[in-house]
Amino acid sequence: MNMSTTNNIAQARKLVEQLRIEAGIERIKVIILVIYFVSKAAADLMSYCEQHARSDPLLVGVPTSENPFKDKKPCIIL
Amino acid sequence: QLRRCKPLHWPSLPAQRKYMRSPLIPEMATQEVQLNETLAHLKTESETLKTKLEEERAKLHDVELHQVAEKVEALGQFVMKTRRTLKGHGNKVLCMDWCKDKRRIVSSSQDGKVIVWDAFTTNKEHAVTMPCTWVMACAYAPSGCAVACGGLDNKCSVYPLSLDKNENLAAKKKSVAMHTNYLSACSFTNSDMQILTSSGDGTCALWDVESGQLLQSFHGHAADVLCLDLAPSETGNTFVSGGCDKKANVWDMRSGQCIQSFETHESDINSVRYYPSGDAFASGSDDATCRLYDLRADREVAIYSKESIIFGVSSVDFSLSGRLLFGGYNDYTINVWDVLKGTRVSILFGHENRVSTLRVSPDGTAFCTGSWDHTLRIWA
Repeated sequence: MNMSTTNNIAQARKLVEQLRIEAGIERIKVIILVIYFVSKAAADLMSYCEQHARSDPLLVGVPTSENPFKDKKPCIIL
Repeated sequence: QLRRCKPLHWPSLPAQRKYMRSPLIPEMATQEVQLNETLAHLKTESETLKTKLEEERAKLHDVELHQVAEKVEALGQFVMKTRRTLKGHGNKVLCMDWCKDKRRIVSSSQDGKVIVWDAFTTNKEHAVTMPCTWVMACAYAPSGCAVACGGLDNKCSVYPLSLDKNENLAAKKKSVAMHTNYLSACSFTNSDMQILTSSGDGTCALWDVESGQLLQSFHGHAADVLCLDLAPSETGNTFVSGGCDKKANVWDMRSGQCIQSFETHESDINSVRYYPSGDAFASGSDDATCRLYDLRADREVAIYSKESIIFGVSSVDFSLSGRLLFGGYNDYTINVWDVLKGTRVSILFGHENRVSTLRVSPDGTAFCTGSWDHTLRIWA
């Protein structure tokens, strides 16, 4: 039997074994990375909202006198 | 800078090789067949492992924005109503844009008319009749001195606004963009000098207004591009586009490269809008959902939907702080969403046909909607 073909099969078997191990490690890495990224990203979005909430007119509402689109109430003549 | 998850580096299996053209000894022939079979088997196994890994990645739905946002205070009741109604278009309103002065609005319609309004007084300041019907896109120039529009004419034209209300605007019209299909959206960049367009021809393009020269084209969508939005200026030269291929693509304006792509919607994406910080964007689709995509996490982080909402979303925009997402729907309503918690905080009625376009004013005091009922409404 040809030596290089035997080597090829051994090499291929080694590769698959390596892949099995790597897949296990990678799976954990991927889980950790994704959770980290999403929770960090979510925290940043929340922080931005919080920082700017007070200056968001549609969120907090502005008094009629300050919003040009809200008409001032007509005076009631008693 | 957070790094995206890199795909695994898959070393390739040794290629099958023929060691002999014709077997000189019969046993070697059988062995060669066996070797090839073993190699094929190993290849299949590695493919199976690859697929399993991708499946594991896909299962990671459990961390979403609304879970992280559980500790945020809930929003109270909202009272928003129509404060102005702009009447004057003779047919469906298809698009609108605010001027930076927070009071003027440009709108375009199926009847070929483009109107500039003073939203405070509801007076019409300018009107132009386009040579085509279905003017699907319009935009105000940052200086407030011009408007751009286009649609079935496959072009984007710029009209300088004259102080003289009697002057015929059509006379000074400048043809800037030329596509091979309808113009679906247009936007000036941060100056009056450049315009970004999207088209039914599947491309987006950046144009020099003065010369009409094509500066950059953006290829990557597999079908009509329906919408685009420029990143807030602090975050650099990128924009996002959405199309009939259900994809939202983020592009680098200088190189023309697509740098990120998101495909989770189940139908056409009609509207895309950046979150105020530039780190995320929202989309609205014919699949009746709005979604939020975070650019650094490189994935969808929220879906805004309800079983009772079955009509498509035509247009979305954020309030100033990014806490509220307004969506205009084909069932004539506007749904207001709590971006962080994923819940609906209000539903607004008033239009008598589809809401086709929606934009929050530059200072966030109001938002404007345009509808197939021929009117525009200002809400606050």
